[in-house]
Amino acid sequence: MKDSLNIVVVGHVDHGKSTVLGRLLYDTDALPLGTIEKVKKIAHDTGKPFEYAYLLDAFEEEQKQGITIDITQIQFSTAKRDYTIIDAPGHKEFLKNMISGAANAKAALLVVDAKEGVQEQSKRHGYMLSLLGIRKIYVLINKMDLVDYDEKIYQKVAEDMKNFLLPLGVKPLDYIPVSGLNGDNIANKSPNIGWYKGNSLIEALDLLEGDENLSQKSLRFPIQDVYKFDERRIIAGRIEAGKIAVGDEIVIYPGGRKTKVAKIPYWQDRDKKDIVSAGESTGIQVSDEFFNNRGEIIVKSGDKPPLVTNRIKVSLFWMGKNPMRFGQKYKLKLATAESAAELLSIEKIIDSANLLKRDDKTEICQNDVAEAVIGLKEEIACDIFDECQATGRFVIADGYDVAGGGIVLGLPKEDNAMEKNMRYIMEHLPKNGELTIVMEDGKIQRLERVEKEIFSGLFGEGI
Amino acid sequence: MEHLDMLEAESIYILREAYKKLGKLGMLWSIGKDSTVLLWLAKKAFYGHSPFPFIHVDTKRKIPAMIEYRDKIAKELGLDLIVHTNEEAVKAGISPENGRLACCKALKTDGLKQVVQKYGFDGLIVGVRRDEEGSRSKERVFSERKEDDAWDYANQPPELWDQFKTDFPKGHHIRVHPILAWNEIDIWEYIKRENIPIIDLYFAKNGKRYRSLGCECCTGQIDSDADTLEKIIEELKHTKSGERAGRKQDQEDSYAMQKLRKEGYM
Ligand SMILES: Nc1nc2c(ncn2[C@@H]2O[C@H](COP(=O)(O)OP(=O)(O)O)[C@@H](O)[C@H]2O)c(=O)[nH]1
Ligand SMILES: [Mg+2]
Repeated sequence: MKDSLNIVVVGHVDHGKSTVLGRLLYDTDALPLGTIEKVKKIAHDTGKPFEYAYLLDAFEEEQKQGITIDITQIQFSTAKRDYTIIDAPGHKEFLKNMISGAANAKAALLVVDAKEGVQEQSKRHGYMLSLLGIRKIYVLINKMDLVDYDEKIYQKVAEDMKNFLLPLGVKPLDYIPVSGLNGDNIANKSPNIGWYKGNSLIEALDLLEGDENLSQKSLRFPIQDVYKFDERRIIAGRIEAGKIAVGDEIVIYPGGRKTKVAKIPYWQDRDKKDIVSAGESTGIQVSDEFFNNRGEIIVKSGDKPPLVTNRIKVSLFWMGKNPMRFGQKYKLKLATAESAAELLSIEKIIDSANLLKRDDKTEICQNDVAEAVIGLKEEIACDIFDECQATGRFVIADGYDVAGGGIVLGLPKEDNAMEKNMRYIMEHLPKNGELTIVMEDGKIQRLERVEKEIFSGLFGEGI
Repeated sequence: MEHLDMLEAESIYILREAYKKLGKLGMLWSIGKDSTVLLWLAKKAFYGHSPFPFIHVDTKRKIPAMIEYRDKIAKELGLDLIVHTNEEAVKAGISPENGRLACCKALKTDGLKQVVQKYGFDGLIVGVRRDEEGSRSKERVFSERKEDDAWDYANQPPELWDQFKTDFPKGHHIRVHPILAWNEIDIWEYIKRENIPIIDLYFAKNGKRYRSLGCECCTGQIDSDADTLEKIIEELKHTKSGERAGRKQDQEDSYAMQKLRKEGYM
């Protein structure tokens, strides 16, 4: 079986994203019979020239106005693998749709018009890719036909893009000169661009490496639900990193209780397993039954524990029409955890189109990117994004809709370490069970419950 | 991870989110291959249990073998099955002669609306896939429908990192699409791998088979000799024609599906 890869196509409006993709689908024979005829008919009926973009822009409104409004996900394959390509809109107004597309991708194509050069959304999208942790990026310098396939222009545009991305730590894998309209360097190397010695788009895609192996990392198994349909009590969820096996000693955060994996239940015989790894939706039965909540994260005993906190330092982007404000109630969702949340402080606000910091830090507006501290009503377990992506990223709901998203940078700095330690101890003290203090480098790292359960109901709680 | 394992894991995750986060939940079961795979995935997600009812919107124009098969499987699997028909439309004699889109709207869209209202569903699980047609390629996994079941497709909320839309005003409902990312071949390979019972209308007899199932009046057969799962998969790997080419309602208008789905069609 071939592997599969999700790729998002981003860039400024009208720079040719949908066209490049339409051409790619056409050249790889991915279109069902009659599709081209249908699009030709639409072009004819509306009195417009044929556009490859119509193959992606399926909505009537998109075709009539000639713009992409929402993402399209479409599949094609090469001899090497299957691809799902996500065409994103380039309009600033639809940035939230672009982000929805990019968040589900492992690699990206950033399309820049050779004639217009790097524009506002080229930069903004580049910035968003870096924030979302997408590191595999090809820049496509498109519409080379409009600049007579001039190498100098290609170099200039590539240089501009490179200079913008460098401070963000983003290093594209390559800069490919193409023409979506004519199909130059899309499926095949083009004789029109003889000076370019690199790969065509398809060759470049096939060179991308697949996913890193998440099952080699520390176990992260967020609890999605607990089922009691029959005599079995099943803790269900998806393994986000690492593996889990029958017999493993596990710790459940934020509480810190320990138990053992007793069984991995299944419905069909072919799903009988003693070990399950990252990516699998599974369930476990444990040997000590105590109350479990959705949102808790199961970790292997001895592995690096997650952060446990009710204050996180984050990098976030805001998509809501209403700005993010102090004193306002929000809901933060991270993996399966949820908590009421509020904005505690804004460290900086960056205009993602020019990387300039804004002086006014009173609120975070639509399309802003900010570094901030968020306070949570409940303590949650999470990770720094660079250490574990799935448990290090979150969304923020404002009312009914998701309005923001972001990544965990770490714990906020507290001027007074003693204060922090005391707060930590106070927060963990009540509840039943015996606690030990884990120290490293002379600092309190965390408290851990000892394995023996002490029932203290009648005689008061805690130690 | 194998491709089918990845798809399966994602679908199960979505089903479990729907079950946990949406109040009253139901799953549409059209007897076809996609919703039968969905039914199987639901059994897997909940360890052989099915904690919500299955719904069939019966237009009374379905291929008779589908109805026989429906009742047989529902009995065998002990499904909690709701069968609903828009009786008024049937009595009024609505048929494709009124225009195929009008017929689909009355018998399917309105039928579906009636079920949602009657049972007060907050979530409906539907087995649509992105590769079926244009407007579905733009769907979200959790897709909100307003009071009148309308889909506000030009203004869909962000959906990232499997954080789905689970907050919405009363009276709205969510269409949950667990197999949106699957394609037609994935479905057949999964049916084969898991040995899922499937209606035999899909297998060729006398040089013809159904590739997509619907109402008898609007569903055509294709020329085919594929009478086994292996042959169907082989055939699909080499075909260039669209899966829904035999579905006549799609051909009524360049934007037929978008128009139907905007009003609440699945
Ligand atoms: N000459 C030329 N025109 C192009 C090329 N690629 C796209 N276009 C045109 O640029 C316009 C915008 O393209 P589109 O794909 O909709 O841009 P998007 O907004 O980035 O998706 C359309 O009219 C295309 O025909 C190209 O390589 N050469
Ligand atoms: Mg476009």
